[in-house]
Amino acid sequence: MTPHYDITLTVNGERVTAHVEGRKSLVDFLREDLTLTGSHVGCEHGVCGACSVRVNGAVLRGCLLLAVQCDGAVVETIEGVSDSGEIADLQDAFEKRNALQCGFCTPGMLLTAQELLASGKGTDRDEIRDYISGNYCRCTGYHAIVDAVQAVAQARHAASE
Amino acid sequence: MKIVDDVPSPLTALDRPNSYIGRAVPRPNLKRLTQGRAQYVSDLVLPRMAHVAFLRSPFAHARITSIDTSAAGKAQGVIAIVTGAELAKVITPWVGVLTHLKGLKSAPQNAMAIDHACWQGEAVCAVIARTRAEAEDACELITVDYEELTPVTDPETALDADTPVIHPDLGDNLAFARSLDAGDVDKAFAQSDAVVETTFIFGRHTGVTNEPRSIIADWNTGDQRLTVYQGTQAPHMMQNLYGKHLGLEEHQVRVVTKDVGGSFGIKVHSYADEMAVVALSKLLKRPIKFVADRLESFVTDIHARDHRVTGKIGIMKDGTITAFEIDDLTGIGPYSVYPRTSGIEANQVVNLVGGPYACPNYRAHARVVFQNKNVMSQYRAVGHPIATAVTEGLVDLAAAKIGMDPVEVRRKNLYADDAYPVTAASGIKFEQLSHHATTDKLVAMMDYEALRANQEQARKKGIYRGIGFASFIEVTNPSAAFYGVGGARISAQDGATVKLDGSGAIFCHTGVSEQGQGAEAVIAQCVASSFGVSLDKVRVIMGDTDNTPYGGGTWASRAAGIGGEAAWQAGKALRENVLAAAASILQARPDDLDIDNGIVVDKGTKTERITLSEVARICYFRPDTLPPGFQAELVATRHYVPRNWPFSFTNGMQASYLEVDTDTGFIKLLKHWCVEDCGTVINPQLVDEQIRGGIVQGLGGALFENCLYDERGQMLNGNMADYLVPMAMEMPDMEIGHVVSPTADSELGAKGAGEAGTAGAPACVMNAINDALRPLGAEPLTQMPFTPGRVLRALGKV
Repeated sequence: MTPHYDITLTVNGERVTAHVEGRKSLVDFLREDLTLTGSHVGCEHGVCGACSVRVNGAVLRGCLLLAVQCDGAVVETIEGVSDSGEIADLQDAFEKRNALQCGFCTPGMLLTAQELLASGKGTDRDEIRDYISGNYCRCTGYHAIVDAVQAVAQARHAASE
Repeated sequence: MKIVDDVPSPLTALDRPNSYIGRAVPRPNLKRLTQGRAQYVSDLVLPRMAHVAFLRSPFAHARITSIDTSAAGKAQGVIAIVTGAELAKVITPWVGVLTHLKGLKSAPQNAMAIDHACWQGEAVCAVIARTRAEAEDACELITVDYEELTPVTDPETALDADTPVIHPDLGDNLAFARSLDAGDVDKAFAQSDAVVETTFIFGRHTGVTNEPRSIIADWNTGDQRLTVYQGTQAPHMMQNLYGKHLGLEEHQVRVVTKDVGGSFGIKVHSYADEMAVVALSKLLKRPIKFVADRLESFVTDIHARDHRVTGKIGIMKDGTITAFEIDDLTGIGPYSVYPRTSGIEANQVVNLVGGPYACPNYRAHARVVFQNKNVMSQYRAVGHPIATAVTEGLVDLAAAKIGMDPVEVRRKNLYADDAYPVTAASGIKFEQLSHHATTDKLVAMMDYEALRANQEQARKKGIYRGIGFASFIEVTNPSAAFYGVGGARISAQDGATVKLDGSGAIFCHTGVSEQGQGAEAVIAQCVASSFGVSLDKVRVIMGDTDNTPYGGGTWASRAAGIGGEAAWQAGKALRENVLAAAASILQARPDDLDIDNGIVVDKGTKTERITLSEVARICYFRPDTLPPGFQAELVATRHYVPRNWPFSFTNGMQASYLEVDTDTGFIKLLKHWCVEDCGTVINPQLVDEQIRGGIVQGLGGALFENCLYDERGQMLNGNMADYLVPMAMEMPDMEIGHVVSPTADSELGAKGAGEAGTAGAPACVMNAINDALRPLGAEPLTQMPFTPGRVLRALGKV
């Protein structure tokens, strides 16, 4: 038996208590223990960004964090931000612009894009390209993703003026 | 950037309401993907499911002398440990050959190595445990004794007499060879004003699907059925293979494919470890799950390219190309991949070189050799990036030699747009291409003259920019000529079954499958248009061999052109059936009725007569009220396969504008253009995005992606950090344009568009780099990927 630990954290607004294996990554915990399969496992070594989740407000790699490190943390996943409506405009733009094909990178891509947009940036294409470079997409070639993020940035700017 | 909602385009195939052909309607499956509610195989959990981890050979070539599993068997959570020899009692070996690739040979391959491991990464033992982590823990407790053998790694020496033969029963390491000699090549070269010869090298690379290969096999002893949940491009092909090698009837096997996290040709093959998973499920009588981790993906997902091509071109002073000649050598790993083989890529290179040009003199020789590296097979745009780079590279070098503009030399030699039908020197046949129209459009779109002026100005400031072009052709809509004639049970035809449900909605069951290209949307567009309902009334069912007509799946840019046509025809057939039923109810003649936006109307006046839901209600629940002798048939099936042409070739031209930093060797892509002709465009947005995605995959191979091996056959960069794939900041914006030459083989006239981007992008970047560096006297770069080191070496700086 590898060592197990008790943890309590908030996931998508729900309080969760669990007894987890010490070596278990956050993304495996979310996917296997909480059946939140919207966060994906692409490389398990912190490169591709498919496992991106928000931990205490910052978008981080779910494969590079252990679940035990998240004791007491506030974790938000694609399921949470979808249900809350927080990124509804971004999801809508991705759908209209076909800024996704297989969709495997999309949850992580959306969370990363939202982090950029929430900082008030994202109207400049190079800025978008730079910010999402840690999220690999093999299908789209990125152009449509940049279009969608830029369109939302412009719309949010226009709405706030 | 403003995102516009769907705008009807002038490209409608039918002047009818609900005509969605040529419109950028959104895909129906997108919301579940953006909300994290998709179901990839890696997400799936079944009752009694166990996980398998494979112990893999650390050597490229070794004899397995013993396997000790005693310690691992006692490890926590372990359910079973199975060796290759034990598994061979459940599943038979296979040989990856096709009879139409004459002389292609390969050795019998087992699901796991039995006593002879042939590449680093080949599975030698399977551990089945309650969790994947426990299975991996136990793998570490297995002791395998290997006797290391000399690995064959260099294709150049694979056929030498003193090189060991990997499979002694085959006699040598030659898998396949093909020669072709058309026209009079020697005479043409002798009469040419200039002849250019060089060698092109294409690095081995791989698909890196974001979701690795994933499979769950569930042998149910009660039903005597095997259900396989798999991220595959070809569910019916896999159904056949699993049945055949497990000794089951095909109807005992069901393959279910839900969401697939990228494929690009990686998921269209059989894999030894996946064959092992289905066999393990049969052996252990329970669901077994295998999801490749990224490290094992790099050493087991098929690799591609890895060609060394010596090419030669002859040209006259006026720019007329006189002859092409190539010699291609490629190493494919230790086995030809089953069932599509590993001979197709070299075969395609031979078929495609020189393809856009009206040049009758062409000689080609290709050799495919075995080596102790991971297997190679078909990956997006099979053979095209190689053939296009060789052809276009030679054309540019020849043009430079006679001092001719690269666009001019192409215009001089491309087949005239009114020359079709054409049989090219290699024997491939073109129905209707549009090289000159695509060239004109591309040159206008990129504003070629302005770009040359910009390049000139930059050069004065010591900034080296280059413009590169690549004309290309692409094989799409394959008939049985691709695989069926060679004996593989891979369907070239595809079917669609459409039905009117009890509420007046339409279900369409199709044999093509979805991995993100948008096939679901395209099929819905075809059915909605030909039947006459709005898109939201159409539900598409795909990826389930129990519930879809027999079909090939999605590969070789066939889903829209072949699956779309079948769906279009099925929609028309159902429409006739529904109108017959409505006429029977209304005491009218079917010819006087029409279906308009989901309502049966009088033809001409458009007066509403009866809704589809009312037709369905009467036919399903009150058939007693229908006239005697009338039986409503509210389901129709149609199939389609191209018959007049073995392949529907598409064409186009790409251009790249880039900047080379001559101090660091870094290449910055400034902009990329593509004008292509895929016939009727069913959904312009989806076509453009296929082109863009394809271009970036081509750019990856041209600039970054390379499976590096050492001389012992060890892959050196088999992880996501060291194997470079294109990132957003390195990629350019891409402008896409179209010319439309429909195929007359189908009513829709659609050809494929999935691989055109990948076919042309590497050639275009190569030519742009060489254009940038030509004033500096750099040796032309012809080895991909074009790394900063290679650029600096060409400049003589390192």
